Amino acid sequence: MKTIRSLDELNQFRDEIVEEKKRQAGLGKVQLVVGMGACGIAAGALDVWKAIEQQIKAGHLMDVLLSQTGCIGLCPHEPILEVTVKDAPKVTYGRVTPEIVNRILKEHVLGGKVVEEFVVDTTPFPTI
Amino acid sequence: MKVIRSMVLVSVDETSLARGAQDVFRAFLDEIEKFGLSDQIAVTTILDPGVHGDTPLVIVYPDSAVYAPVTVADVHTIVEEHLYKGNIVPSLLAMMHELVPEIGWMRGRRGALPVQKRIVLERVGVVNPESIEDYILYDGYQALAKALTHMKPAEVISQVEKSGLQGRGGAGFPTGRKWSFVANTPGFPKYVICNADESEPGTFKDRLVLEGDPFSIIEAMTIAGYAINAHEGYIYIRGEYPLAYKRIENAVHQAEAHGLLGDHLFGTDFSFHIHPHAGAGAYICGEETALIESLEGKRGMPRARPPYPTTYGLFGKPTVVNNVETLANIPPILRNGAVWYREIGSPKSTGTKVYTILGNVNFTGAIEVPMGITIREVIDIYGKGMKNGKKLKLVQSGGSSGSIAPASLQDVPMDFDSFRNAGVSLGSGALLVCNEDTCVVDLARVILRFFRNESCGKCTPCRIGTLQLYEIVSRIAEGQGTLADLDAMVRISEAMSEVSNCGLGQTAPTALLDILKYFRAEVETHIVDHVCPTGVCTALKHSLVSAPVE
Repeated sequence: MKTIRSLDELNQFRDEIVEEKKRQAGLGKVQLVVGMGACGIAAGALDVWKAIEQQIKAGHLMDVLLSQTGCIGLCPHEPILEVTVKDAPKVTYGRVTPEIVNRILKEHVLGGKVVEEFVVDTTPFPTI
Repeated sequence: MKVIRSMVLVSVDETSLARGAQDVFRAFLDEIEKFGLSDQIAVTTILDPGVHGDTPLVIVYPDSAVYAPVTVADVHTIVEEHLYKGNIVPSLLAMMHELVPEIGWMRGRRGALPVQKRIVLERVGVVNPESIEDYILYDGYQALAKALTHMKPAEVISQVEKSGLQGRGGAGFPTGRKWSFVANTPGFPKYVICNADESEPGTFKDRLVLEGDPFSIIEAMTIAGYAINAHEGYIYIRGEYPLAYKRIENAVHQAEAHGLLGDHLFGTDFSFHIHPHAGAGAYICGEETALIESLEGKRGMPRARPPYPTTYGLFGKPTVVNNVETLANIPPILRNGAVWYREIGSPKSTGTKVYTILGNVNFTGAIEVPMGITIREVIDIYGKGMKNGKKLKLVQSGGSSGSIAPASLQDVPMDFDSFRNAGVSLGSGALLVCNEDTCVVDLARVILRFFRNESCGKCTPCRIGTLQLYEIVSRIAEGQGTLADLDAMVRISEAMSEVSNCGLGQTAPTALLDILKYFRAEVETHIVDHVCPTGVCTALKHSLVSAPVE
């Protein structure tokens, strides 16, 4: 584990992280992010997570980065799954279930076609 | 479906009426009709916007443009230019200096929508909360590095003081001043405590930060430790937040492993250690002295104050106790400077506030907006309107111990000062929105039952008072109340506010007193007529006139 002893080392470490992110993005991996705040988990985010993991283990998904994040504040839409395919803008799915996840993985992640019916408005709140 | 895109408010207080507000109101209806906008624009009246200068006054939402004084002759121009073409009419806008601050601040936005601005929640929902790499990628630890290597502790405190940051736990005490108290108090060791015992019903802003961006709290506490010369910090996390505890614990381990927490940080002599601590489910432990007692391993009961924790805190040593949201503001302030922070929010209440919206609105959730947004804006813009088109009756701000603001106060900007002037406390940021179907007696009963259960029992006014108030309100809800009960409740409430030992007893009757102030008639009809107008109190009649049998 890297130990940071100065501001320079911090910035150097940060640059390494940026490089690593770029490298991964360059590989064209699909990013899947599950909202895993307590609200998301209460709404079933763990099942969503497991469903994706299962697909990865079964070898149906290659080049996928699965990650988690906290609650973004859109509680009625939980569980939330964000899908970013290469350079395309991030797509946010709401009220996702394991069944819906399998459809999204098949149609969007593998097929490249956004599953419109489960997409939620990503900017329901105006932001600066 | 009819979509109201704009709203026109005409002031109808006495002076406005004397100066023809009624004609202005009618002229707006006529002109809007002429332009065929009746379906899109609502015209309504506002009783007392607190104006003392030129009246009548007209506010146009969502642009928050304030026109004054408005005459019938001006109405055509406002409707054509502003409502039809979408351009604010600068020549008719009210003069800034003639407006009271409550209205004047709106102009400061220059007709802009009160949009979200995320400082506290900047990384929440964006980064992986269990990865220090993600945190560092998004500016993490820049503030600590800057503080430790480029600033003296006194400079850190002065930056925080200059930023105008006020405590976000509810009381709004200036954070910088609290830090300087502790820094200037002799004694060693000193301690930093993060109050993460967020137990106020309806509030979950701190949970979002703890679960979504735990490293920011670790960094902020370390900065606080450097500023006041403390080497130990404690995070007291609410027992019902196991995920928050897990993530904070993980964040502490990761920070330690990277040398960002522990001994000789950033190559300096400064060392800091953080100990997460889980509460056991007592509401009272959110009170800072009870929290300290609980941390010391004793029963969670508040101490007598003074001495305040700044002089006699944890283990009798000078201690800073800060709320989670307060701490989350620290790294951005140090990174961007106090001047940057002061530009956000209203002049007297700087920065943003995280609100959790719940109740009878279409969209519940959490938002972070600059200080000074109004209740109307929160409900219309972020809550996406009242559920099922029902009317707003009241809003309780700040959880069960918070005040109740009737619908008439929905245009008061939500910052510490304006709310205090309006007799409302901003509290912790929970906004419970209640529609016309809410019975105030029932609401008071629910709130008082909570306090009856949570009173720690140490001091008499709170222990007996919460019980008595609950029993009286229950009696009223069941049709057994008397008018004398109302006076008794006020007497008990005032005694509790004045002589209770801590915030719990002092604020327990807040909502009840507000209900008696704004909704006394509704309470009285429960007693005198045995009628619950909303039909919530099932022991009573729904209406004075019985419904015809069909």
